[in-house]
Amino acid sequence: MSDSRPGGGHGGIWMTGGLAATVVLNGLTLAALYFIVASGFSLIFGLMRTVNMAHGSLYMLGAYVGYAVFEPLYDQDLWYAWHVGILAGIASAAAFGVLMQVSLLGWMQGQELRQALVTIGVSIIVADQLLAFFGGTSRQFFAPDSIFGSTTLPEIGRYPTFRLVQIGIAVGVGVALWLLLNKTRLGLMIRAGVDDRQMLAATGVNVPLVSLAVFALGAGLAGLGGIIGSTAQPLVQGVDVRFLLTSLVVVIVGGMGSIAGTAIGAILVGLAEQVGQAMFPTYSVILTFLIMSAVLALRPQGILGRPA
Amino acid sequence: MDFRMDRRKMLLGALGTGAVAATGLRMPAYAQNAPIRMGWLSTLEGPFATGGQDAWRCTQMIMEENNNQAGGRRVEIVRESSNAQADVALARARKLVEQDNVDFMVGPLSGAEGIAVRDYSRTRPNQAFINGGSGAADTTLRNVSPNFFRFNMDGTQWMAGLGNYVRRTLNVQEVAIVAGDYAFPYAQVFGFSLEFCRAGGRATYLWSPLGTTDYSSIIARIPRTAGALVVIHGGSDGLAFMTQYAQAGGSLPLIGGSIMADQSMLSARGPHRRLMVGMVSAGPLADVVDDPRWVDFTNRYRARWGREGFNSPSIHGYNYYVAMQGVLLALNAVRGDLSGGQQGFMRALAASDYTTPMGARMRLDHNRQAISDTFLNRIEERGGQAVTVAFDRARDVNQTLGVPEAQFLALGAPSRDNTGCVAQS
Amino acid sequence: MSGDRTGGAGRTGLGLRGLGGGWVIPASLALLAVMLVLPAFIPPFFTGNILGRAIVFGIIAMSLTFLATYGGFVSLAQMMIAGVAGYAVAVLVPGAVPSIVGGVPYGLAIPIGLLAATLMGLLVGAIAVRTQGIYLLMITLALGVGVQLFIQTNIAWFNGYEGIRNVVGPDVLGMPFRDTYVFYYTTLAIAAALYAMVLYLVRTPFGLALQGIRDNVRRVNALGYHAAWHRIAAFGVAGFIAGWGGLLFTFYNIGISPGSIGLGGTVNILIMAVIGGLGHPIGAFIGAVIFVVFDTFAADLYDRDRFNTLIGAVFLVIVLVSPDGVLGLAKRAGRLFRRAPAPSPAEARQ
Repeated sequence: MSDSRPGGGHGGIWMTGGLAATVVLNGLTLAALYFIVASGFSLIFGLMRTVNMAHGSLYMLGAYVGYAVFEPLYDQDLWYAWHVGILAGIASAAAFGVLMQVSLLGWMQGQELRQALVTIGVSIIVADQLLAFFGGTSRQFFAPDSIFGSTTLPEIGRYPTFRLVQIGIAVGVGVALWLLLNKTRLGLMIRAGVDDRQMLAATGVNVPLVSLAVFALGAGLAGLGGIIGSTAQPLVQGVDVRFLLTSLVVVIVGGMGSIAGTAIGAILVGLAEQVGQAMFPTYSVILTFLIMSAVLALRPQGILGRPA
Repeated sequence: MDFRMDRRKMLLGALGTGAVAATGLRMPAYAQNAPIRMGWLSTLEGPFATGGQDAWRCTQMIMEENNNQAGGRRVEIVRESSNAQADVALARARKLVEQDNVDFMVGPLSGAEGIAVRDYSRTRPNQAFINGGSGAADTTLRNVSPNFFRFNMDGTQWMAGLGNYVRRTLNVQEVAIVAGDYAFPYAQVFGFSLEFCRAGGRATYLWSPLGTTDYSSIIARIPRTAGALVVIHGGSDGLAFMTQYAQAGGSLPLIGGSIMADQSMLSARGPHRRLMVGMVSAGPLADVVDDPRWVDFTNRYRARWGREGFNSPSIHGYNYYVAMQGVLLALNAVRGDLSGGQQGFMRALAASDYTTPMGARMRLDHNRQAISDTFLNRIEERGGQAVTVAFDRARDVNQTLGVPEAQFLALGAPSRDNTGCVAQS
Repeated sequence: MSGDRTGGAGRTGLGLRGLGGGWVIPASLALLAVMLVLPAFIPPFFTGNILGRAIVFGIIAMSLTFLATYGGFVSLAQMMIAGVAGYAVAVLVPGAVPSIVGGVPYGLAIPIGLLAATLMGLLVGAIAVRTQGIYLLMITLALGVGVQLFIQTNIAWFNGYEGIRNVVGPDVLGMPFRDTYVFYYTTLAIAAALYAMVLYLVRTPFGLALQGIRDNVRRVNALGYHAAWHRIAAFGVAGFIAGWGGLLFTFYNIGISPGSIGLGGTVNILIMAVIGGLGHPIGAFIGAVIFVVFDTFAADLYDRDRFNTLIGAVFLVIVLVSPDGVLGLAKRAGRLFRRAPAPSPAEARQ
């Protein structure tokens, strides 16, 4: 019974009085995940005015498909299992997003409420089919050993390395999106489309094709979020709702269609959740919604949103 | 035998004969050759569907063993499903009883559902309601219903023996308890603390809401003086906690709640498994127990379900199986006679005394709640798989853990402020 | 019904405009008469658990239809608002398990529950007042799910995940609410009264102004109406309606738990309203009956395990084929038979 001998470990070694710093860092790591997911939502909305209520389903779909690819590779101890899982997750979510745009949403462009309802219908079916295929057991990705363990930080002590990686990935996504939107032709077209769709069409740009590209990109970001999120937290039925809700709140706070706004929204919401949980656990949900209500009262279009 | 076929056929019949047949002009409940109609309700939809599916597997097994007969009559099952929500379970129970005209029903699976069905059972005093797997203590402790029977123990009972073991055998003075902030963990914490604190142990409680995904601040608050970590989380919360604890380099000896060591948790791969080997937990069953009945049962389970099922029956499958044992034995005792408002059948249910596949004696108390054995388990690696191995048991655990009922009720319902740690501090 | 229906906040793609005509009141009275005598011809299970349950859902769905039809707001907070009434009563009444406040008789608890739902409706309206269309949809959804999450994690007031059980309902004229027929006729009477209230309200200056706001905010503002106050008031009315539904829902279910008022419940209400049709309040009840029949008998028609796929597909098909729901289908079918000369401007736009 040596394995269960008491006193063998010291559970509190990483309790260093830096609890506040830990909470803030937790908030930022959570914000990083929210940003990855919500930026896809915001992007799709920005160009197409489509509120994709199936965005959480894309997150979950990407995560489950990624897991199905990841699991056999992980069993064989292949170092690239997680990386392949990420690619599979992004690809499957992007493909499904394109499929949705082509088959359902494209031809009702401009009927915003109807599109939202269609995507609600899709999300009900996707959630149920994922449950049928993958069951209710919780799953989790395991990052490569190099980023799995913990890193010692000043003030905080040992902190999960993957969380720091998460922030890095979010910053990478943010920079890549900025470059894409500001330095490429596609980005130019997207920005023009956000400003004035009709004008963009009038200048001879193939708007449906640009729309497809944006949908693939936005959905792919949901898929990426799905893998990252399911590495940091378990993947269970119901995460679709959670991430849809979070995406909604983040873009409502930050401003629809603005990537920088999404980043600000994600940071506010991530920090609010963690600080709330640390300070008044049973009322933490309220804090998030107070922020949302306050923003709506002062700036209905969101912090960096443009007036509708 | 495919019960679904039966159900379909039967219901098509019912629909075919139309509204008249359903207006209440049904046959007298007791007719020697008419089949017994049993309603069966579990959670086959939503995130808890895995447990419900296993419950259905085990129910099919026991029906097959008995050739779909009990008390000399054929037993037909009308199957319904909920999604672990109380209102849905209630709607299904009403349908089974009022529309499908079942004689009695078995189910549901989860806590709040059980209380909803218990409340409903009071309005149908001439029909028996046998719990499936739901484990909220109040269902059979406060506001009880005379025709509701439960052949599984509740979350508090499941922890019997663990607190004493940790304090006395492992000689741990102080533990940190991390637990979910809702009813089931309250009940489990209560059962653990009652013994542990009475034996002189000290405990720090760290609660987190259901569905918490980030446990780092909880992990950071585990006191340095704690000699063991008691983890009472279910399902994905447990997996999340354990993964993050592993990630943070935690190394305290682990003590688990009853659903921490469930097959669904052990079959999930990942770094948490390394930590969980050696974890001691308590519950109504183990994967490996030194009893020929259990070896036989698990072998039959694997042979019958192969890859479709788990490596070993889950807690929900087991609970439904044991409940079905009680039902079929009681039907045998009354020779299938459900007349007279099922009074004879209900008396037989209340007087149940049988042995479960775990080799545990099963009886009911005056509230028709199970008195049975709880097992102390340790997680071991066997054949490349983590399994729970029973190494001790607490016998004949009643719902008040041996405390006189009035005194137990006076302690109040378990909650985050009522942890059962009453002896010390 | 009157009002200029051209122009306005139109980019919805849904049949969000009121049907009207002189047939509404006679048809409604005929339907009510049928509903009054129907229990004599159908089994108690159908009376209580199909029709009764459908009417309860229908009341909640009607609060959404009312907002959508006459205000142009698709609010996804209505199930949550219904839950607020249900929880208020569950917290207050004697006999509830666990007893949180307890001891407040139903005669007092019910008005408090309705007041709570109305206030919550006003609050949702106030928060969402400066938004419309899909923004409003998103915000109301976020509020609805947010409040539900709060209830689910709050033990002290709402008993968290398990909810509050054993809320048996009041005695009606000395008879227990749990009797199938007492439940059915009480529910039917409340539904009929609320339905009549909606029909009346939309003809009052308030209702007309509301429809004016739906069609053209600027014009209504120019006429000197205060659009924002009208919108908030409309949410208050919808909250009151949903509150009644929430009370009946709680009594029918002998209690309330957060799972019933979360996203699942919210989407179910939306499904009912859309399947029935957002063109007239009666659509809510039509949709609710269809939903409840599906919900109850799905296990016999189709594998119960995949009920959500079935109902999701039905919903999707309705939105794709006939966004104005069964009512829209019926209207089109009726036109085919009658060979109506010209569609109204509202339909011509589609």
